[in-house]
Amino acid sequence: MDVLTPRSLDEALRLKTEHPDAVPIAGGTDLMVALNFDRERPGVILNLGEVPELRGWSRDDGLLRIGAGLTYAEAMAEPLRSLLPALAEASRTVGSPQIRNRGTLGGNLGTASPAGDSLPPLLVEDAEVEVASLGGSRRIALHEFLVGPKQNALAPEELIVAVLVRPSGAPQTFMKVGPRNAMVIAVCSLAVAVDRERGELRAAFGSAGPVPLLVIAPLAEADGFPALVASAASPIDDVRGTAAYRRHALRVLAVRGLERCLAA
Amino acid sequence: MPEPVSEQTISVEINGETYEQEVEARKLLVHFIRDVVDLTGTHVGCDTGNCGACTVLMDGKTIKSCMLLAIQADGATITTVEGLAAGGELTPLQRAFSASHALQCGYCTPGMLLSAAYLLEQNPHPSEEEIRRGIQGNICRCTGYVNIVEAIKSVAEGGGA
Repeated sequence: MDVLTPRSLDEALRLKTEHPDAVPIAGGTDLMVALNFDRERPGVILNLGEVPELRGWSRDDGLLRIGAGLTYAEAMAEPLRSLLPALAEASRTVGSPQIRNRGTLGGNLGTASPAGDSLPPLLVEDAEVEVASLGGSRRIALHEFLVGPKQNALAPEELIVAVLVRPSGAPQTFMKVGPRNAMVIAVCSLAVAVDRERGELRAAFGSAGPVPLLVIAPLAEADGFPALVASAASPIDDVRGTAAYRRHALRVLAVRGLERCLAA
Repeated sequence: MPEPVSEQTISVEINGETYEQEVEARKLLVHFIRDVVDLTGTHVGCDTGNCGACTVLMDGKTIKSCMLLAIQADGATITTVEGLAAGGELTPLQRAFSASHALQCGYCTPGMLLSAAYLLEQNPHPSEEEIRRGIQGNICRCTGYVNIVEAIKSVAEGGGA
């Protein structure tokens, strides 16, 4: 296995064009498991740890631009925590402190797992993904970026650069079901927001279909919303849980989430 | 423009000493620490980021050193369990682990100590729930955690790790 370590975004994009098969690594919390178990054997990895443009976040006229290298620990810190509360709650459920110090939002997007914890809260907030190649950058709505289980809309010569989101300010929460409260891949998860300004109930589930999915209903339809969320899911039976359990759990989480958000 | 390389020279400061070394791109940080630098206090448990035995501090934050390539630590400052009792004298946290019987086989202890030290640095007076959250990424198969939590609590109450 060979490594490429670019020192700027421009250099990273040039290298990705020259070596489209190079596998990007940031926090490594997904990729290293695959390497240690010999499930993946990339010829070249692209070490993104030294690219300053991917770090931190900025705000321009209400639009947050969150670098792909933002860690879960950083997403849990103020003021991001207050701007995107459900994302902070989801980050709190990722792995353990050591994993949250390394794992990044860009990595969660790159892996595009149906169980990616940051994805439901970002869907609820209508986030976009900024990707770039030498030819320029483009923005992709998150629901279009997630195309299948562990598949995203990234072209081989592109890199994930940032997440763009305009915080709604709506009461919101995130819940995750698992056998313990740490080091767990979600059996299922749900982000819920009650957006009175838009007049919408919004929920996005994880681990209950090929991709995390956003479900929207008018504010007045709170009573039927949990059933709507459960019916929008297309879960499967697997090692972590059954399809029937996941559907049931989503209904329960939706009730609970609405209670929390409507009380706020 | 850099070319793909199978080895890279890295410079890493571990427990106050700088190591400059050519390493294979594929080498894990934990193997660099154990096999190259010969600091064997950092253990390898699971290789999957679950057990926390390989926990070290990198630039002041806990990480799992089996989930990191050594080349990703280029330029970093690392503290391993050997760096805690740097002058040969145990820290209050280490003494508390001993006094509270917070270890049996000891395999998890180096990682547990670093997670606890990190927790107490971030939050010098954690509640029991905060302590349990702080060590949620470190698995102990002997103690049932009660004495580990007690040890950390006693340091938190006594003031200073």
